[in-house]
Amino acid sequence: MTNTAPTRSLVIEREVPHPPEKIWRALTQGPLIEEWLMKNDFEPVVGHRFNFRSTPVPGWNGVIESEVLALEPHARLSYSWGTMGMMSVVTWTLTPTKDGTHVRMEQTGFPSEESASYKGATYGWTKFVGNLERVAGGLD
Amino acid sequence: MQAAAENVFKALSDPTRRAIFEHLSRDGEQTVHALTDRAGVSQPAVSKHLGVLKNAKLVRDRRAGRETHYRAHPKALAPLIDWMSVYGAFWRDGFDRLESLLKRMDP
Repeated sequence: MTNTAPTRSLVIEREVPHPPEKIWRALTQGPLIEEWLMKNDFEPVVGHRFNFRSTPVPGWNGVIESEVLALEPHARLSYSWGTMGMMSVVTWTLTPTKDGTHVRMEQTGFPSEESASYKGATYGWTKFVGNLERVAGGLD
Repeated sequence: MQAAAENVFKALSDPTRRAIFEHLSRDGEQTVHALTDRAGVSQPAVSKHLGVLKNAKLVRDRRAGRETHYRAHPKALAPLIDWMSVYGAFWRDGFDRLESLLKRMDP
């Protein structure tokens, strides 16, 4: 991230004792994705629009709106991740190692306080927070 | 909960205040009069709500002649919006479930 892009990113990396081909299946086959992440109508096709669906909670419908942005079999997968007024991008990178695969997940586009999308995120969160008003009442 | 977050949380726990804050976030700076027209409550009530929002640093005001103008200060929501930690926990759990799935899958 450069200073001109008012966003931040999150990176999580792990070394796993499985080949990239197997991890790729878990990342790109709908029923397998559902087992570790969420219900979805993912298709491994660039440009495919799909949803991840989680259990709705008050103030959040549980839906993540996504589109496949990049696909390099067994190596790289990228999709957008839009929810609660905030758009980010999730990118998976698989690199073979001696004993398995280095898995890297990067989510970019978290709005900084200065960015325009912060207003959208703000709106989503105020709705979310609003639904906790009964809890807040208990704070008085 | 830390004090700043608790203040913000309480300020937004009221639906009228939340509506005022959302209105200012979306539409930019407004006078108290304009806000009163939209809020459906009396001007003293709106002023009181604005006072609570200002105390939580969610809005800022400036005097211009006889009117006070308010604008949203969404940065004050930062204590509640720590996306990095929310998603950090989310994906670490996801990785755990992914690894357990990989163990169960055919080679």
